[in-house]
Amino acid sequence: MCIDCGCGPADHNHHHHAESDVSRKTISVEEDILSKNNRLAAGNRVLFANQGIFTLNLVSSPGSGKTTLLEKTLVDLKSEINFAVLEGDQQTTNDADRIAATGTPAHQINTGAGCHLDAHMVGHGLEYFDLNAVQLLMIENVGNLVCPASFDLGEDFKVSLLSVTEGEDKPLKYPQMFRASEIMLINKIDLLPHVRFDVAKCREYAERVHPGIQIFEVSCYSGEGLDQWYGWLKEKVAEKARG
Amino acid sequence: MHELGITQSIVEIALRTAAGQQAKKIHSVTLEIGSLAGVVAEALEFCYEACSKNSLLEGSRLIIEAVPAKARCRDCALDYPLTDLLACCPACDSASGDLICGEELRIKEMEID
Repeated sequence: MCIDCGCGPADHNHHHHAESDVSRKTISVEEDILSKNNRLAAGNRVLFANQGIFTLNLVSSPGSGKTTLLEKTLVDLKSEINFAVLEGDQQTTNDADRIAATGTPAHQINTGAGCHLDAHMVGHGLEYFDLNAVQLLMIENVGNLVCPASFDLGEDFKVSLLSVTEGEDKPLKYPQMFRASEIMLINKIDLLPHVRFDVAKCREYAERVHPGIQIFEVSCYSGEGLDQWYGWLKEKVAEKARG
Repeated sequence: MHELGITQSIVEIALRTAAGQQAKKIHSVTLEIGSLAGVVAEALEFCYEACSKNSLLEGSRLIIEAVPAKARCRDCALDYPLTDLLACCPACDSASGDLICGEELRIKEMEID
């Protein structure tokens, strides 16, 4: 029997094994490709827990109203909650400037070519805040309903925004994002009389993708529905502070 | 297009593993990618070629094993294949299934010298 390959004499068509074949071996790796991001996200999460900071990761397509929702929320709740805001965009500091104008500590992360924030960027973004003075950290992700779904930042919840000018079937078109989000805000509901947007269908689609998803209907223009959103935020901030 | 960032992580893990094994050559890297992982195989292959240049990985083969998604029905406990996130249970038509697999994004093994 050939000691190299174990083939018997009958089929022994002798071939000399090249040295590379002998030393060639398969090694098991079994490592999650996102393990580094997940490890850093876990580090952020421990920091948030130790500091009692409730953290939200806001995701949506560009133009759904994430920054306007933040501006409105910060102005209305700043006497009750200490906020900090991390802004993610490919370019410009426009959004961080808008947030800073409300008197809230804000830092802009520019991702350049990147299509999402990752846990490493967020970890460094936190260096710009006095975390002892923060109760609620809002992270506004890059406007994109695809990539941010895969990257944990260490947040308590992802919050998806969907505005009524976008079409009610977004949860079906981008199921991964709505599956990853515990909360969905249907925004710009003051425009409902002017657009074809079926709120009931939208709720049904979101529920199909994510059974039990919590939905708020809001308008930052008329203020409708914001009280429920604010009530939820206050409850969660208090819960997190208790540990 | 987050495949570039993902590929950079693959390259990082593969080179670290190869160094730990004192590998002289890397023949292939095998990935397990779930059908719901949100990653496009062609894009990964494209990025892999670019990211592996001038490293021990240059010229190695990227093997992608697809992992079909499966869910377990919350109502009747049946395991069924999920072609998309909206598929209902084939036995009881319930829409509430919990994902068992299909979101994998993992390096399974490498072939080295």
